Amino acid sequence: MAEFSLPANSKVRKDGRVFKAPAGAKNVRVFRIYRFDPDSAENPRLDTYEIDMDACGPMVLDALIKIKNEVDSTLSFRRSCREGICGSCAMNIDGKNGLACISACADVKRDIAIYPLPHMPVIKDLVPDLTNFYAQYASIKPWLQTRTPAPPDGERLQSKEDQEKVDRPSACILCACCSTSCPSYWWNSDRYLGPAALLAAYRWIVDSRDEAAGERLDQLEDPFRLYRCHTIMNCTEACPKDLNPAKAIGEIKQMMAHRRH
Amino acid sequence: MSEYKFIDHTYDVVVVGAGGAGLRATFGLAEAGLSTACLTKVFPTRSHTVAAQGGISAALGNMGADDWRWHMYDTVKGSDWLGDQDAIEFMCKEAPAAVIELEHYGVPFSRTEDGRIYQRPFGGMTTHFGKGIAQRTCAAADRTGHAMLHTLYQQSLKHEAAFFIEYFALDLIMENGECRGVIALDMSDGTLHRFRAHMVIMATGGYGRAWFSCTSAHTCTGDGGGMALRAGLPLQDMEFVQFHPTGIYGAGCLITEGSRGEGGYLTNAAGERFMERYAPNAKDLASRDVVSRAMTVEIREGRGVGALKDHIYLHLEHLGPAVIKERLPGIAETARIFAGVDVNKEPIPVLPTVHYNMGGIPCNVHGEAITRVNGNETVVRGLMAVGEAACVSVHGANRLGSNSLLDLVVFGREAARHCARVVKPETAHRAFQADAGDSALARLDKFRHAKGSRPTADVRLNMQRVMQSDAAVFRTGESLNDGKRRLAEVFASFAEVRVTDRSLVWNTDLIETLELDNLLGQAVATMHSAENRRESRGAQAREDFPDRDDQNWMKHTLCWVSPAGETRFDYRPVHLNTLTDDVQSIPPKARTY
Repeated sequence: MAEFSLPANSKVRKDGRVFKAPAGAKNVRVFRIYRFDPDSAENPRLDTYEIDMDACGPMVLDALIKIKNEVDSTLSFRRSCREGICGSCAMNIDGKNGLACISACADVKRDIAIYPLPHMPVIKDLVPDLTNFYAQYASIKPWLQTRTPAPPDGERLQSKEDQEKVDRPSACILCACCSTSCPSYWWNSDRYLGPAALLAAYRWIVDSRDEAAGERLDQLEDPFRLYRCHTIMNCTEACPKDLNPAKAIGEIKQMMAHRRH
Repeated sequence: MSEYKFIDHTYDVVVVGAGGAGLRATFGLAEAGLSTACLTKVFPTRSHTVAAQGGISAALGNMGADDWRWHMYDTVKGSDWLGDQDAIEFMCKEAPAAVIELEHYGVPFSRTEDGRIYQRPFGGMTTHFGKGIAQRTCAAADRTGHAMLHTLYQQSLKHEAAFFIEYFALDLIMENGECRGVIALDMSDGTLHRFRAHMVIMATGGYGRAWFSCTSAHTCTGDGGGMALRAGLPLQDMEFVQFHPTGIYGAGCLITEGSRGEGGYLTNAAGERFMERYAPNAKDLASRDVVSRAMTVEIREGRGVGALKDHIYLHLEHLGPAVIKERLPGIAETARIFAGVDVNKEPIPVLPTVHYNMGGIPCNVHGEAITRVNGNETVVRGLMAVGEAACVSVHGANRLGSNSLLDLVVFGREAARHCARVVKPETAHRAFQADAGDSALARLDKFRHAKGSRPTADVRLNMQRVMQSDAAVFRTGESLNDGKRRLAEVFASFAEVRVTDRSLVWNTDLIETLELDNLLGQAVATMHSAENRRESRGAQAREDFPDRDDQNWMKHTLCWVSPAGETRFDYRPVHLNTLTDDVQSIPPKARTY
């Protein structure tokens, strides 16, 4: 019999600590934040922080930093560039994956619930373990592969039209918002590569300078690696950079179909 | 210290940091057959190189005549003759091949109609030794750093370099003035690691987070500089801090200089294109220090825009949606998100914002760290530095835009080559001294259990406010002495720091405290070096000493900071000599744009 119950320690307690807003605060928003302490044997919990938005920046990351600086310095999360280009602060905000640094608190109409990226092992608080995600990225050999030697003293020429094909797909920031929003990835992340890795594969397949499209397709010709994509489209919906992994995956499937005929 | 146990590792070379310079060094080393470990506190593609927008300079001549000698002239002039001309020659001469190499690695550069790498104008980049405007900055739209960093990481994967990701480097292991390795904390499980290596390469970036408002990422805490100071080594030219003219007012996020390269311009409250007054030839494409000072003067004289008259407008509306979409899509997005501005319709509110540290670990042209012992210049055995962490010095008193991405790849690559020359693979290692790493452990344990009255964030904010007000665009002896005094108070208050989280697993309370320790030493070095240098040169604008003083101050500052926060100075001569006879030394002259 398959076992459908979740491990005991995955149940999130709702009775976490509550940090009240300072007296006199007039513009209070409530943040409910997932906390997990790997050193304790305790289940994860939701802590509640009331924040005076009149003394806080507009973004969810501003609120998290305010909490860490002024309310509870034990809260852990990744962050770096704070302008949506490094991909560190990907998390689940109000039920949607996104980057905390470019997600405005004002865009959430209810209490702001913040969880780590879904369905990943959690190291601590909002910090998921992305080891498998990165390994999948590496598995598609995300570097230029050629047989023709490069020109000795110049660039490989590429038309503007050909550059345009890689321009958007190469703008992926590896934040993992897409892959961790995909139900198919939740079920089969051990064998399904997920939208981020497949978008990366697509980026090289369509690069006019790359000469390994055939091998790249061979590697994806597999019931799981590619074909666990069921066109759910959550990936494209989740992408904070407005990229379209679903379309890229669809095009890879088309290439597969064409080369069979 | 029995609570902590080291896990030992031995490599030919250890690189600390995985931004552009660290990655270029790392896979160069792997390619050369040296066993190499790269330690990084963030996953490589999160490093701050990713945020570089405008491009990488190289005299490819794809968009008009160009010559690496013109590039060298511009860089020497941009540096206000504090840059070392041998190193600048090396960088500018290597630039075209380095960029072509990046293209061969697969960087998705924007293209010209004939399929070559697209190049845009940038501040201070000229042709014919200042006579024309060069199109020298190679761009991948306005996310060139992203394109490069991802490509360099991909090359590192290809070469199967060993990465230790989310490892926080604590301290160098020094024995008799020689660097033997580095101690690091694995943030994911709290284990401590001791790396032994023939060479340690610092590629840890800048320390912009010492200021309240900066374009730098939260992780830009200059950890390598902090480690160097604790190892008793000096930092060089720390008074030279670049303010980028166009940080978004309030948020501080960067708007690339490429936006002016594509034709954008600045206006004051009267709608005047005021840069025409300050730099009649280059106008909005004058060097960054020049533009930042002009903006600050406009604001001080009451011609700022906005309700408080405290910022300036950057106009892109006239460029048209097609140019914005093709060349500047990222900044259109950033302006919308952080300033609520549609760049096709309205100007972006901007302010000079701390952006880049010209100072760093003093190095020679190969990347070997330099110090002075008893008045004699000497190489620090076992230690190198590259990128923003280093001070080679190719940027002198002021870096030109798009020269930093170039610096990363040229000197990252040269560092790997140098190691390949001097380190034979698998050379036997001497054992560490018995106490290797103990001081790093003591420091870690002290902060982990710090029970004082001052939360880390409080001390950090106080430091940032002092730096913001007193290590600013314009400086005076009075403001700098006041800054030194106030910074000393902050430094002293750090003894009372309080860390709440006692864990070793992803304890960012502890990590931020260790980072603050790194920042504080460099803040002190910056303020003291700025007070000490009684002239104006490049990014150092002293109102009490408004002129450049080549007779007394054409020299690099070396600054040591003791554990108690006291400073000591020495100096190195500026290399006016070139590296080869391919080009002549560029003699100092007045710097106008």
